[in-house]
Amino acid sequence: MATEEAAGGLAFHPMDQFLVRPLFGGTEINWYTPTNVTLWMGLTVLAIVLVLVVGSRGRAIVPSRMQSIAELTFGMVHKMLEDITGKEGLKYFPYVMTLFCFIVFANFIGLIPTSFSTTSHIAVTAVLAMLVFLGVTILGFVKNGAHFLGLFWVSSAPLPLRPVLAVIEVISYFVRPVSHSIRLAGNVMAGHAVIKVFAGFAAIAAIAPVSILAITAMYGLEVLVALIQAYVFTILTCVYLKDALHPGH
Amino acid sequence: MEGIAQLGQYLGAGLACIGMAGAAMGVGNVAGNYLAGALRNPSAAASQTATLFIGMAFAEALGIFSFLVALLLLFAV
Amino acid sequence: MATTTEEAAAQATDAVHPMLPGTDASGSAVGMPQLVFETFPNQIFWLLVTLVVIYLVLSRIALPRIGGVLAERAGTISNDLATAEELKLKAKAAEATYTRALADAKTEAGKIVAAAKAEIQADLDVATAHADAEIAAKTAESEGRIGEIRAGALEAVNTVARDTAAEIVATFGGRADAGAIDAAVAERIKG
Repeated sequence: MATEEAAGGLAFHPMDQFLVRPLFGGTEINWYTPTNVTLWMGLTVLAIVLVLVVGSRGRAIVPSRMQSIAELTFGMVHKMLEDITGKEGLKYFPYVMTLFCFIVFANFIGLIPTSFSTTSHIAVTAVLAMLVFLGVTILGFVKNGAHFLGLFWVSSAPLPLRPVLAVIEVISYFVRPVSHSIRLAGNVMAGHAVIKVFAGFAAIAAIAPVSILAITAMYGLEVLVALIQAYVFTILTCVYLKDALHPGH
Repeated sequence: MEGIAQLGQYLGAGLACIGMAGAAMGVGNVAGNYLAGALRNPSAAASQTATLFIGMAFAEALGIFSFLVALLLLFAV
Repeated sequence: MATTTEEAAAQATDAVHPMLPGTDASGSAVGMPQLVFETFPNQIFWLLVTLVVIYLVLSRIALPRIGGVLAERAGTISNDLATAEELKLKAKAAEATYTRALADAKTEAGKIVAAAKAEIQADLDVATAHADAEIAAKTAESEGRIGEIRAGALEAVNTVARDTAAEIVATFGGRADAGAIDAAVAERIKG
Protein backbone atom coordinates (compact mmCIF):
# COMPACT_ATOMS: atom_id res chain seq x y z
CA MET A 1 0.00 0.00 0.00
CA ALA A 2 2.68 2.42 1.07
CA THR A 3 4.76 1.75 -2.03
CA GLU A 4 1.70 2.26 -4.25
CA GLU A 5 1.12 5.64 -2.67
CA ALA A 6 4.74 6.54 -3.15
CA ALA A 7 4.44 5.59 -6.80
CA GLY A 8 1.57 8.06 -7.19
CA GLY A 9 -1.11 5.43 -7.79
CA LEU A 10 -4.65 5.62 -6.46
CA ALA A 11 -4.80 5.07 -2.73
CA PHE A 12 -8.00 3.44 -1.64
CA HIS A 13 -8.45 2.99 2.06
CA PRO A 14 -12.20 2.51 2.18
CA MET A 15 -12.03 0.64 5.47
CA ASP A 16 -9.95 3.16 7.39
CA GLN A 17 -13.05 5.08 8.39
CA PHE A 18 -14.23 2.10 10.41
CA LEU A 19 -11.12 1.86 12.58
CA VAL A 20 -11.67 2.02 16.29
CA ARG A 21 -9.16 4.42 17.81
CA PRO A 22 -8.62 5.52 21.38
CA LEU A 23 -9.67 9.12 21.88
CA PHE A 24 -6.69 10.20 23.93
CA GLY A 25 -3.84 8.53 22.06
CA GLY A 26 -2.23 5.21 22.76
CA THR A 27 -2.89 1.95 21.01
CA GLU A 28 -4.26 -0.12 23.83
CA ILE A 29 -7.99 -0.78 23.45
CA ASN A 30 -9.38 -2.20 26.65
CA TRP A 31 -13.07 -2.63 27.28
CA TYR A 32 -13.20 0.63 29.23
CA THR A 33 -10.97 2.75 26.95
CA PRO A 34 -12.76 5.86 25.68
CA THR A 35 -12.58 5.47 21.91
CA ASN A 36 -14.22 7.09 18.94
CA VAL A 37 -17.01 4.58 19.54
CA THR A 38 -17.59 6.30 22.87
CA LEU A 39 -17.50 9.73 21.29
CA TRP A 40 -19.99 9.03 18.52
CA MET A 41 -22.31 7.01 20.70
CA GLY A 42 -22.22 9.88 23.15
CA LEU A 43 -23.14 12.26 20.36
CA THR A 44 -25.97 9.92 19.42
CA VAL A 45 -27.32 10.09 22.95
CA LEU A 46 -26.90 13.86 22.87
CA ALA A 47 -28.87 14.10 19.62
CA ILE A 48 -31.63 11.92 21.00
CA VAL A 49 -31.84 14.03 24.13
CA LEU A 50 -31.84 17.17 22.01
CA VAL A 51 -34.69 16.05 19.78
CA LEU A 52 -36.84 13.95 22.06
CA VAL A 53 -36.35 15.68 25.41
CA VAL A 54 -35.37 19.28 24.68
CA GLY A 55 -37.48 19.36 21.54
CA SER A 56 -40.61 18.29 23.36
CA ARG A 57 -39.94 20.59 26.29
CA GLY A 58 -42.64 23.04 25.23
CA ARG A 59 -45.45 20.46 25.54
CA ALA A 60 -47.33 22.68 23.11
CA ILE A 61 -50.73 21.69 21.79
CA VAL A 62 -49.65 23.14 18.47
CA PRO A 63 -46.13 21.67 18.20
CA SER A 64 -42.94 23.41 17.18
CA ARG A 65 -40.73 21.84 14.50
CA MET A 66 -38.56 19.90 16.94
CA GLN A 67 -41.60 18.73 18.85
CA SER A 68 -43.16 17.63 15.57
CA ILE A 69 -40.13 15.47 14.82
CA ALA A 70 -40.27 13.95 18.29
CA GLU A 71 -43.99 13.31 17.95
CA LEU A 72 -43.68 11.84 14.46
CA THR A 73 -40.98 9.45 15.66
CA PHE A 74 -43.04 8.48 18.66
CA GLY A 75 -46.17 8.07 16.57
CA MET A 76 -44.47 6.04 13.86
CA VAL A 77 -42.92 3.49 16.23
CA HIS A 78 -46.03 3.37 18.37
CA LYS A 79 -48.27 2.70 15.39
CA MET A 80 -45.87 0.12 13.96
CA LEU A 81 -45.75 -1.76 17.25
CA GLU A 82 -49.50 -1.61 17.76
CA ASP A 83 -50.29 -2.67 14.18
CA ILE A 84 -48.02 -5.69 14.32
CA THR A 85 -48.15 -6.96 17.90
CA GLY A 86 -51.51 -5.62 19.01
CA LYS A 87 -52.34 -3.96 22.30
CA GLU A 88 -50.30 -6.24 24.55
CA GLY A 89 -47.12 -5.43 22.63
CA LEU A 90 -47.31 -1.80 23.71
CA LYS A 91 -45.77 -2.80 27.05
CA TYR A 92 -42.45 -3.17 25.24
CA PHE A 93 -42.70 0.18 23.50
CA PRO A 94 -39.79 1.83 25.39
CA TYR A 95 -37.44 -1.02 24.38
CA VAL A 96 -38.43 -0.86 20.73
CA MET A 97 -38.23 2.92 20.79
CA THR A 98 -34.75 2.72 22.33
CA LEU A 99 -33.57 0.47 19.51
CA PHE A 100 -35.16 2.61 16.82
CA CYS A 101 -33.83 5.87 18.20
CA PHE A 102 -30.34 4.54 18.67
CA ILE A 103 -30.15 3.11 15.16
CA VAL A 104 -31.73 6.00 13.32
CA PHE A 105 -29.70 8.65 15.12
CA ALA A 106 -26.46 6.66 14.89
CA ASN A 107 -27.07 6.13 11.17
CA PHE A 108 -27.69 9.80 10.51
CA ILE A 109 -24.79 10.95 12.66
CA GLY A 110 -22.60 8.44 10.86
CA LEU A 111 -23.44 10.25 7.62
CA ILE A 112 -21.63 13.39 8.76
CA PRO A 113 -18.39 13.53 6.77
CA THR A 114 -15.32 12.27 8.66
CA SER A 115 -17.51 10.88 11.39
CA PHE A 116 -17.43 7.34 12.67
CA SER A 117 -20.54 5.30 12.14
CA THR A 118 -21.11 3.02 15.08
CA THR A 119 -23.82 0.98 13.38
CA SER A 120 -21.38 -0.16 10.68
CA HIS A 121 -19.73 -2.48 13.18
CA ILE A 122 -20.85 -6.07 13.38
CA ALA A 123 -20.09 -6.06 17.10
CA VAL A 124 -22.63 -3.30 17.69
CA THR A 125 -25.40 -4.61 15.48
CA ALA A 126 -24.85 -8.17 16.65
CA VAL A 127 -25.37 -7.06 20.23
CA LEU A 128 -28.53 -5.23 19.20
CA ALA A 129 -29.78 -8.28 17.30
CA MET A 130 -28.83 -10.69 20.08
CA LEU A 131 -30.65 -8.51 22.62
CA VAL A 132 -33.75 -8.77 20.46
CA PHE A 133 -33.27 -12.48 19.80
CA LEU A 134 -32.64 -13.46 23.41
CA GLY A 135 -35.28 -11.12 24.73
CA VAL A 136 -37.89 -12.43 22.33
CA THR A 137 -37.01 -16.08 22.92
CA ILE A 138 -37.06 -15.74 26.70
CA LEU A 139 -40.25 -13.73 26.53
CA GLY A 140 -41.84 -16.38 24.31
CA PHE A 141 -41.05 -19.17 26.76
CA VAL A 142 -42.11 -17.12 29.79
CA LYS A 143 -45.41 -16.10 28.20
CA ASN A 144 -46.34 -19.33 26.45
CA GLY A 145 -44.23 -22.05 28.04
CA ALA A 146 -43.74 -25.08 25.86
CA HIS A 147 -46.50 -23.81 23.62
CA PHE A 148 -43.93 -21.41 22.19
CA LEU A 149 -42.40 -24.40 20.38
CA GLY A 150 -45.60 -24.47 18.33
CA LEU A 151 -43.91 -21.73 16.34
CA PHE A 152 -41.82 -24.44 14.69
CA TRP A 153 -44.63 -26.97 14.30
CA VAL A 154 -46.65 -25.67 11.37
CA SER A 155 -50.03 -27.15 12.20
CA SER A 156 -51.61 -25.89 8.99
CA ALA A 157 -49.28 -28.02 6.85
CA PRO A 158 -49.93 -31.69 5.97
CA LEU A 159 -48.62 -34.04 8.66
CA PRO A 160 -45.78 -35.66 6.66
CA LEU A 161 -44.40 -32.27 5.77
CA ARG A 162 -44.35 -30.95 9.32
CA PRO A 163 -40.99 -32.40 10.49
CA VAL A 164 -39.30 -31.03 7.39
CA LEU A 165 -40.92 -27.66 7.91
CA ALA A 166 -39.95 -27.77 11.59
CA VAL A 167 -36.30 -28.16 10.64
CA ILE A 168 -36.55 -25.26 8.21
CA GLU A 169 -38.36 -23.15 10.79
CA VAL A 170 -35.73 -23.86 13.44
CA ILE A 171 -32.94 -22.95 11.05
CA SER A 172 -34.67 -19.78 9.96
CA TYR A 173 -35.30 -18.92 13.61
CA PHE A 174 -31.62 -19.15 14.45
CA VAL A 175 -30.58 -17.29 11.31
CA ARG A 176 -32.72 -14.36 12.41
CA PRO A 177 -30.14 -12.60 14.59
CA VAL A 178 -27.48 -13.14 11.93
CA SER A 179 -29.45 -11.59 9.11
CA HIS A 180 -30.89 -9.01 11.48
CA SER A 181 -27.45 -7.73 12.44
CA ILE A 182 -25.60 -8.19 9.17
CA ARG A 183 -28.34 -6.41 7.23
CA LEU A 184 -27.88 -3.24 9.22
CA ALA A 185 -24.09 -3.32 9.48
CA GLY A 186 -23.71 -4.41 5.86
CA ASN A 187 -25.92 -1.65 4.51
CA VAL A 188 -24.20 1.07 6.46
CA MET A 189 -20.71 -0.27 5.80
CA ALA A 190 -21.37 -0.83 2.11
CA GLY A 191 -22.66 2.69 1.60
CA HIS A 192 -19.78 4.32 3.43
CA ALA A 193 -17.18 2.15 1.71
CA VAL A 194 -18.63 2.88 -1.73
CA ILE A 195 -18.60 6.61 -1.04
CA LYS A 196 -14.99 6.29 0.07
CA VAL A 197 -14.05 4.43 -3.10
CA PHE A 198 -15.63 7.14 -5.23
CA ALA A 199 -13.76 9.70 -3.15
CA GLY A 200 -10.55 7.86 -4.02
CA PHE A 201 -11.35 8.22 -7.72
CA ALA A 202 -11.80 11.96 -7.25
CA ALA A 203 -8.02 12.23 -7.04
CA ILE A 204 -7.87 11.91 -10.82
CA ALA A 205 -8.85 15.27 -12.28
CA ALA A 206 -10.41 13.82 -15.44
CA ILE A 207 -13.02 11.76 -13.65
CA ALA A 208 -13.37 13.92 -10.55
CA PRO A 209 -16.69 15.52 -11.63
CA VAL A 210 -18.26 12.13 -12.28
CA SER A 211 -16.90 10.87 -9.02
CA ILE A 212 -18.24 13.83 -7.07
CA LEU A 213 -21.65 13.43 -8.71
CA ALA A 214 -21.57 9.77 -7.79
CA ILE A 215 -20.68 10.64 -4.21
CA THR A 216 -23.63 13.03 -4.08
CA ALA A 217 -26.00 10.41 -5.45
CA MET A 218 -24.70 7.74 -3.11
CA TYR A 219 -25.01 10.12 -0.21
CA GLY A 220 -28.66 10.71 -1.08
CA LEU A 221 -29.20 6.97 -1.22
CA GLU A 222 -27.41 6.58 2.09
CA VAL A 223 -29.70 9.09 3.76
CA LEU A 224 -32.61 6.98 2.57
CA VAL A 225 -30.91 3.77 3.64
CA ALA A 226 -30.14 5.18 7.07
CA LEU A 227 -33.82 5.67 7.76
CA ILE A 228 -35.06 2.56 6.00
CA GLN A 229 -32.62 0.26 7.77
CA ALA A 230 -33.63 1.64 11.15
CA TYR A 231 -37.24 1.17 10.13
CA VAL A 232 -36.60 -2.37 8.93
CA PHE A 233 -34.68 -3.30 12.07
CA THR A 234 -37.52 -2.01 14.22
CA ILE A 235 -40.26 -3.60 12.16
CA LEU A 236 -38.49 -6.98 12.25
CA THR A 237 -38.14 -6.59 16.01
CA CYS A 238 -41.90 -6.03 16.13
CA VAL A 239 -42.51 -9.12 13.99
CA TYR A 240 -40.32 -11.26 16.22
CA LEU A 241 -42.05 -9.84 19.25
CA LYS A 242 -45.40 -10.80 17.71
CA ASP A 243 -44.12 -14.35 17.27
CA ALA A 244 -43.23 -14.43 20.95
CA LEU A 245 -46.59 -13.06 22.06
CA HIS A 246 -48.76 -15.07 19.64
CA PRO A 247 -46.73 -18.13 18.59
CA GLY A 248 -49.61 -19.69 16.61
CA HIS A 249 -49.22 -19.18 12.89
CA MET B 1 1.92 -18.98 -4.77
CA GLU B 2 0.77 -15.93 -2.89
CA GLY B 3 -0.10 -14.32 -6.19
CA ILE B 4 -2.41 -17.17 -7.13
CA ALA B 5 -4.12 -16.96 -3.73
CA GLN B 6 -4.63 -13.26 -4.21
CA LEU B 7 -5.96 -13.83 -7.71
CA GLY B 8 -8.41 -16.30 -6.27
CA GLN B 9 -9.46 -13.82 -3.61
CA TYR B 10 -10.17 -11.07 -6.09
CA LEU B 11 -11.91 -13.36 -8.55
CA GLY B 12 -14.00 -14.81 -5.78
CA ALA B 13 -14.92 -11.37 -4.50
CA GLY B 14 -16.01 -10.32 -7.96
CA LEU B 15 -18.03 -13.48 -8.43
CA ALA B 16 -19.69 -13.02 -5.05
CA CYS B 17 -20.85 -9.60 -6.16
CA ILE B 18 -22.93 -11.27 -8.90
CA GLY B 19 -25.16 -12.39 -6.08
CA MET B 20 -26.15 -8.79 -5.54
CA ALA B 21 -27.82 -8.79 -8.93
CA GLY B 22 -30.23 -11.37 -7.60
CA ALA B 23 -30.99 -9.22 -4.59
CA ALA B 24 -31.53 -6.24 -6.89
CA MET B 25 -34.03 -8.20 -8.96
CA GLY B 26 -35.72 -9.40 -5.81
CA VAL B 27 -36.09 -5.95 -4.33
CA GLY B 28 -37.29 -4.57 -7.64
CA ASN B 29 -39.80 -7.37 -7.89
CA VAL B 30 -41.16 -6.68 -4.42
CA ALA B 31 -41.43 -2.94 -5.02
CA GLY B 32 -42.91 -3.36 -8.50
CA ASN B 33 -45.55 -5.81 -7.39
CA TYR B 34 -46.39 -3.59 -4.46
CA LEU B 35 -46.84 -0.65 -6.82
CA ALA B 36 -49.00 -2.69 -9.18
CA GLY B 37 -51.18 -3.80 -6.32
CA ALA B 38 -51.30 -0.33 -4.83
CA LEU B 39 -52.43 1.18 -8.12
CA ARG B 40 -55.20 -1.38 -8.41
CA ASN B 41 -56.39 -0.88 -4.89
CA PRO B 42 -54.94 2.36 -3.50
CA SER B 43 -57.05 2.20 -0.36
CA ALA B 44 -55.33 -0.99 0.78
CA ALA B 45 -51.84 0.28 -0.03
CA ALA B 46 -51.17 2.17 3.17
CA SER B 47 -51.83 -0.86 5.35
CA GLN B 48 -49.31 -2.93 3.42
CA THR B 49 -46.26 -0.65 3.57
CA ALA B 50 -44.94 -2.62 6.55
CA THR B 51 -45.17 -5.83 4.56
CA LEU B 52 -43.44 -4.08 1.68
CA PHE B 53 -40.50 -3.10 3.84
CA ILE B 54 -40.25 -6.51 5.46
CA GLY B 55 -40.24 -8.14 2.04
CA MET B 56 -37.63 -5.73 0.77
CA ALA B 57 -35.51 -6.33 3.86
CA PHE B 58 -35.59 -10.09 3.37
CA ALA B 59 -34.78 -9.82 -0.32
CA GLU B 60 -32.03 -7.35 0.35
CA ALA B 61 -30.47 -9.35 3.18
CA LEU B 62 -29.32 -12.00 0.71
CA GLY B 63 -27.62 -9.37 -1.42
CA ILE B 64 -25.93 -8.08 1.69
CA PHE B 65 -24.73 -11.60 2.42
CA SER B 66 -23.07 -11.84 -0.97
CA PHE B 67 -21.55 -8.41 -0.46
CA LEU B 68 -20.26 -9.60 2.87
CA VAL B 69 -18.71 -12.65 1.28
CA ALA B 70 -16.96 -10.36 -1.18
CA LEU B 71 -15.67 -8.16 1.61
CA LEU B 72 -14.49 -11.13 3.63
CA LEU B 73 -12.64 -12.47 0.62
CA LEU B 74 -11.04 -9.11 -0.04
CA PHE B 75 -10.09 -8.12 3.45
CA ALA B 76 -10.39 -10.91 5.92
CA VAL B 77 -8.87 -13.97 4.26
CA MET C 1 13.53 -9.63 1.82
CA ALA C 2 9.89 -9.35 2.78
CA THR C 3 10.49 -10.57 6.28
CA THR C 4 13.28 -8.14 6.86
CA THR C 5 11.25 -5.15 5.78
CA GLU C 6 8.32 -6.27 7.93
CA GLU C 7 10.60 -6.66 10.87
CA ALA C 8 12.09 -3.29 10.22
CA ALA C 9 8.66 -1.71 9.99
CA ALA C 10 7.55 -3.45 13.15
CA GLN C 11 10.64 -2.28 14.95
CA ALA C 12 10.18 1.24 13.71
CA THR C 13 6.54 1.45 14.74
CA ASP C 14 7.27 -0.18 18.06
CA ALA C 15 9.95 2.34 18.67
CA VAL C 16 8.03 5.45 17.56
CA HIS C 17 4.37 4.59 18.09
CA PRO C 18 2.94 1.16 18.59
CA MET C 19 0.32 0.10 16.07
CA LEU C 20 -3.40 0.16 16.62
CA PRO C 21 -5.02 -3.24 16.44
CA GLY C 22 -5.98 -3.97 12.85
CA THR C 23 -3.67 -1.48 11.16
CA ASP C 24 -0.43 -1.72 9.25
CA ALA C 25 2.62 0.42 9.68
CA SER C 26 1.15 3.31 7.68
CA GLY C 27 -1.90 3.49 9.91
CA SER C 28 -4.30 2.06 7.33
CA ALA C 29 -6.68 -0.74 8.08
CA VAL C 30 -5.62 -4.27 7.33
CA GLY C 31 -8.69 -6.22 6.32
CA MET C 32 -11.98 -5.25 7.89
CA PRO C 33 -11.85 -3.21 11.09
CA GLN C 34 -15.22 -4.81 11.83
CA LEU C 35 -13.47 -8.12 12.36
CA VAL C 36 -10.71 -6.91 14.68
CA PHE C 37 -11.78 -8.80 17.76
CA GLU C 38 -9.63 -6.75 20.13
CA THR C 39 -12.08 -3.88 19.77
CA PHE C 40 -15.21 -5.93 20.45
CA PRO C 41 -15.29 -5.67 24.26
CA ASN C 42 -14.83 -1.93 23.99
CA GLN C 43 -17.63 -1.49 21.46
CA ILE C 44 -20.00 -3.79 23.30
CA PHE C 45 -19.35 -2.08 26.60
CA TRP C 46 -19.96 1.41 25.25
CA LEU C 47 -22.98 0.21 23.27
CA LEU C 48 -24.58 -1.22 26.39
CA VAL C 49 -23.86 2.00 28.30
CA THR C 50 -25.41 3.99 25.46
CA LEU C 51 -28.47 1.79 25.27
CA VAL C 52 -29.07 1.96 29.00
CA VAL C 53 -28.74 5.75 28.96
CA ILE C 54 -31.09 6.06 25.98
CA TYR C 55 -33.56 3.67 27.59
CA LEU C 56 -33.57 5.63 30.84
CA VAL C 57 -33.91 8.98 29.08
CA LEU C 58 -36.72 7.72 26.89
CA SER C 59 -38.69 5.77 29.45
CA ARG C 60 -38.30 8.30 32.27
CA ILE C 61 -38.60 11.62 30.46
CA ALA C 62 -39.24 11.66 26.75
CA LEU C 63 -41.90 9.01 26.15
CA PRO C 64 -44.26 9.92 29.02
CA ARG C 65 -43.99 13.56 28.03
CA ILE C 66 -44.65 13.03 24.32
CA GLY C 67 -47.37 10.48 25.05
CA GLY C 68 -48.94 12.98 27.43
CA VAL C 69 -48.80 15.75 24.86
CA LEU C 70 -50.32 13.50 22.20
CA ALA C 71 -53.09 12.32 24.53
CA GLU C 72 -53.76 15.88 25.60
CA ARG C 73 -53.94 16.98 21.99
CA ALA C 74 -56.26 14.12 21.11
CA GLY C 75 -58.44 15.14 24.09
CA THR C 76 -58.43 18.77 23.06
CA ILE C 77 -59.27 17.90 19.49
CA SER C 78 -62.12 15.59 20.42
CA ASN C 79 -63.40 18.17 22.90
CA ASP C 80 -63.26 20.86 20.27
CA LEU C 81 -65.00 18.59 17.83
CA ALA C 82 -67.74 17.87 20.36
CA THR C 83 -68.14 21.59 21.03
CA ALA C 84 -68.26 22.27 17.33
CA GLU C 85 -70.90 19.57 16.90
CA GLU C 86 -72.94 21.10 19.69
CA LEU C 87 -72.63 24.56 18.19
CA LYS C 88 -73.62 23.17 14.82
CA LEU C 89 -76.76 21.63 16.34
CA LYS C 90 -77.53 24.93 18.02
CA ALA C 91 -77.09 26.78 14.77
CA LYS C 92 -79.39 24.31 13.06
CA ALA C 93 -82.04 24.80 15.76
CA ALA C 94 -81.71 28.56 15.45
CA GLU C 95 -82.07 28.30 11.72
CA ALA C 96 -85.19 26.17 12.10
CA THR C 97 -86.67 28.71 14.51
CA TYR C 98 -85.86 31.51 12.14
CA THR C 99 -87.44 29.68 9.19
CA ARG C 100 -90.53 28.97 11.22
CA ALA C 101 -90.80 32.61 12.31
CA LEU C 102 -90.32 33.70 8.73
CA ALA C 103 -93.04 31.35 7.51
CA ASP C 104 -95.37 32.54 10.30
CA ALA C 105 -94.71 36.15 9.43
CA LYS C 106 -95.39 35.42 5.79
CA THR C 107 -98.73 33.76 6.48
CA GLU C 108 -99.62 36.60 8.88
CA ALA C 109 -98.76 39.17 6.24
CA GLY C 110 -100.82 37.21 3.70
CA LYS C 111 -103.76 37.26 6.07
CA ILE C 112 -103.43 40.98 6.68
CA VAL C 113 -103.20 41.67 2.99
CA ALA C 114 -106.30 39.56 2.34
CA ALA C 115 -108.23 41.31 5.13
CA ALA C 116 -107.21 44.71 3.85
CA LYS C 117 -108.20 43.70 0.37
CA ALA C 118 -111.60 42.50 1.56
CA GLU C 119 -112.15 45.71 3.53
CA ILE C 120 -111.19 47.87 0.60
CA GLN C 121 -113.42 45.81 -1.64
CA ALA C 122 -116.33 46.28 0.73
CA ASP C 123 -115.74 50.04 0.91
CA LEU C 124 -115.45 50.14 -2.80
CA ASP C 125 -118.69 48.20 -3.24
CA VAL C 126 -120.51 50.52 -0.89
CA ALA C 127 -119.15 53.57 -2.63
CA THR C 128 -120.01 52.13 -6.02
CA ALA C 129 -123.55 51.35 -4.92
CA HIS C 130 -123.89 54.83 -3.47
CA ALA C 131 -122.60 56.42 -6.62
CA ASP C 132 -124.85 54.24 -8.75
CA ALA C 133 -127.88 55.24 -6.71
CA GLU C 134 -127.00 58.90 -6.93
CA ILE C 135 -126.44 58.65 -10.65
CA ALA C 136 -129.76 56.87 -11.04
CA ALA C 137 -131.53 59.54 -8.99
CA LYS C 138 -129.88 62.34 -10.96
CA THR C 139 -130.77 60.62 -14.22
CA ALA C 140 -134.41 60.24 -13.17
CA GLU C 141 -134.58 63.89 -12.11
CA SER C 142 -133.02 65.02 -15.39
CA GLU C 143 -135.37 62.81 -17.36
CA GLY C 144 -138.33 64.33 -15.50
CA ARG C 145 -137.11 67.79 -16.23
CA ILE C 146 -136.52 66.98 -19.89
CA GLY C 147 -140.04 65.53 -20.08
CA GLU C 148 -141.45 68.70 -18.53
CA ILE C 149 -139.53 70.86 -20.95
CA ARG C 150 -140.67 68.70 -23.85
CA ALA C 151 -144.32 68.91 -22.67
CA GLY C 152 -143.93 72.67 -22.25
CA ALA C 153 -142.54 72.98 -25.73
CA LEU C 154 -145.37 70.89 -27.15
CA GLU C 155 -147.92 73.04 -25.40
CA ALA C 156 -146.23 76.13 -26.77
CA VAL C 157 -146.21 74.69 -30.28
CA ASN C 158 -149.97 73.91 -30.00
CA THR C 159 -150.77 77.37 -28.76
CA VAL C 160 -148.67 79.05 -31.42
CA ALA C 161 -150.13 76.83 -34.17
CA ARG C 162 -153.70 77.47 -32.99
CA ASP C 163 -153.13 81.19 -32.72
CA THR C 164 -151.39 81.31 -36.06
CA ALA C 165 -154.14 79.23 -37.70
CA ALA C 166 -156.87 81.49 -36.21
CA GLU C 167 -154.98 84.56 -37.39
CA ILE C 168 -154.52 83.10 -40.89
CA VAL C 169 -158.15 82.10 -41.10
CA ALA C 170 -159.23 85.64 -39.87
CA THR C 171 -156.92 87.28 -42.42
CA PHE C 172 -158.58 85.36 -45.20
CA GLY C 173 -161.82 86.73 -43.92
CA GLY C 174 -163.13 83.65 -42.63
CA ARG C 175 -164.57 82.97 -39.37
CA ALA C 176 -163.53 79.96 -37.77
CA ASP C 177 -164.71 78.56 -34.62
CA ALA C 178 -162.23 77.62 -32.02
CA GLY C 179 -163.24 73.99 -31.90
CA ALA C 180 -162.62 73.35 -35.57
CA ILE C 181 -159.22 74.99 -35.42
CA ASP C 182 -158.23 73.04 -32.36
CA ALA C 183 -159.19 69.77 -34.00
CA ALA C 184 -157.36 70.64 -37.18
CA VAL C 185 -154.19 71.69 -35.36
CA ALA C 186 -154.25 68.59 -33.16
CA GLU C 187 -154.67 66.42 -36.28
CA ARG C 188 -151.75 68.05 -38.08
CA ILE C 189 -149.38 68.01 -35.09
CA LYS C 190 -150.15 64.36 -34.50
CA GLY C 191 -149.64 63.55 -38.18
